[in-house]
Amino acid sequence: MRKIYSTFVTLLAFLAITLPAQAQDAAQSLDARVNEAFATFTGPFVSFIFAPIPGTSFPWIVMWLVIGATVFTIYFAAVQFRFFGHAIGLVKGDYSDPNDAGEVSHFQALATALSGTVGLGNIAGVAVAVGIGGPGATFWMILAGLLGMASKFTECTLGVKYRNEYPDGTVSGGPMYYISKGFDELGLPGGKILAVLFSVFCILGAFGGGNMFQANQAHAQITQITGDFPGWITGLVFAAVVFAVIVGGIKSIAKVTEKVVPFMGIMYVGAALVVLIVNFDMIGWAFGQIFAGAFTGLGVAGGFVGALIQGFKRAAFSNEAGVGSAAIAHSAVKTKEPITEGFVSLLEPLIDTVVICTMTALVIIISQQLIVDQATGNYMLNEAGSAIATVDGNSGVALTSAAFGSAIGWFPFVLAIAVILFAFSTMISWSYYGLKAWTYLFGEGKTTELVFKLIFCVFIVIGAAASLGPVIDFSDAAIFAMAVVNIFCLYFLMKVVRAELNSYSDRLKSGEIKKFVH
Amino acid sequence: MKLVIGLDGQSSGDKALAFAKDLAAKTTDCELIIVYVIEWSPFSFQTAEENAERHKRREEEIAVASERVVNPAVETLTKAGLSARAIVRHGDVADTIDDIAHQEGASQIIVARSSAGGLTSRIFGSSTANLVMNARVPVTVVA
Repeated sequence: MRKIYSTFVTLLAFLAITLPAQAQDAAQSLDARVNEAFATFTGPFVSFIFAPIPGTSFPWIVMWLVIGATVFTIYFAAVQFRFFGHAIGLVKGDYSDPNDAGEVSHFQALATALSGTVGLGNIAGVAVAVGIGGPGATFWMILAGLLGMASKFTECTLGVKYRNEYPDGTVSGGPMYYISKGFDELGLPGGKILAVLFSVFCILGAFGGGNMFQANQAHAQITQITGDFPGWITGLVFAAVVFAVIVGGIKSIAKVTEKVVPFMGIMYVGAALVVLIVNFDMIGWAFGQIFAGAFTGLGVAGGFVGALIQGFKRAAFSNEAGVGSAAIAHSAVKTKEPITEGFVSLLEPLIDTVVICTMTALVIIISQQLIVDQATGNYMLNEAGSAIATVDGNSGVALTSAAFGSAIGWFPFVLAIAVILFAFSTMISWSYYGLKAWTYLFGEGKTTELVFKLIFCVFIVIGAAASLGPVIDFSDAAIFAMAVVNIFCLYFLMKVVRAELNSYSDRLKSGEIKKFVH
Repeated sequence: MKLVIGLDGQSSGDKALAFAKDLAAKTTDCELIIVYVIEWSPFSFQTAEENAERHKRREEEIAVASERVVNPAVETLTKAGLSARAIVRHGDVADTIDDIAHQEGASQIIVARSSAGGLTSRIFGSSTANLVMNARVPVTVVA
């Protein structure tokens, strides 16, 4: 283990040292160099994860996620619909023992997990999906969100069941713990190795989707307003603030963010609703485009398969169902029944994907930022033929911003602030997820934790400087690699969850588990 | 007879305590329940790290409240020959004091007048005012 550790650290230290050395060059060329080095470095990993199923253009990883979510939905007999009402009751605190007041409530665990997932995936990710896959991608995104609820349920139940509770009263949980402990309990071999593998991918995911993608899109949003300037400047500012929080221990910044971000989320949904209400006569048409596009593609690259791949990919990236990250956040809850947190967690993909992502997609479609060929009714592709042509050639977060801006002129400014805060809160959440995986591998201790946190800050600068393409590829690849290990292990552990589910639902029916009168 | 005394860790609490002491001395067989509520809501937003350490923090908060506020109060009352015990709980101050008084079957709640004044109480309201308005048990506010 020590050897892996030192190799990893040397590698990352190398990146950290070579980066400032390049600062002698002109600013723009630094960005270009970071970009080039980064793309070369991550290329093989990205191509492996997104390798198509032989004979098709369909990436195997997308199939993997969808099959996983479908299996869990069937295995637990549509638990996401059967226990939906019960999940709401749990979040409201109907089943919380008043004597546990002061402990982490179901609501708090859900809110914390949501603040890690609701963010750029919902704003920029959806724009990428709709920009490449057309409106039809929305349909597949919603479907992936609904199925993903079952994946989330499975992993979060296990996260609580197999968490570590330390004598000092703190807790650590997540896939690395349920994989190793769960496999041991069932007498299966290889638990420890799989847990280590998951942790490695989780660390990469923390640097990728949880960090570089955020920094990158936050920078894109800032330049949208201020005009172009080198990305590493934004990166350094972000890195300094994140450093102050996670290394400097200035908790107040994180606390303020945690309180502001939910309101930003509500405001975002509110603004989307305003746009939809103003254009209510177009909602029917927009859904028409979504359904038509889902099965025909309406001329997008790759046809309806292209729409499907984009929809599933961006949904998974946004709600992280099956990835395992949420299991880390949910495991701190106070409950005697691990399954209750599973029920609560299934609301996460619903809020994140089915509600918020769909709102973004509808706003983009209704604002008619995507150019339609009037003659055929199909969407026109850009010059490269890789995505749909947009009014101002925007993509990613800029496309969402333009879509909102066309209806509410001043909203891009608010969106910019929201994006920066979302990016920041996602980074803080992922720095914690990554740290948990890191300490699982290398043990807990001040020095090992500091090493991780420093590397995390270096990646913020790289992320802000690199261009969207390589960053988004690596972010996706790292996060999906977590899902490869996690879902594989969930197949073995799902019977543990079913036993919990049966026992709990029997006791719920018999009246043994009842609401507390408040 | 049972009396619930709500303390908030401010010096004004001493007056409520003295008042309850006088009242208890006048009757025989009176139990005094000292309640300290740590302001907390299940619907607040926290970071993942705060959540992971929550159980530990909760224990610490209860220990501090017991040590600094309720235990000295119980000691004073017991020394005076009265029967007294303490409850420390997290929650909304007014609701929790009322719940405890209701569950314990107390005949009266005794609290000090609100220590927060001016703008703060205008914006956030005062726990004492909320208690007086919503309690299911008679409330005495000691000035």
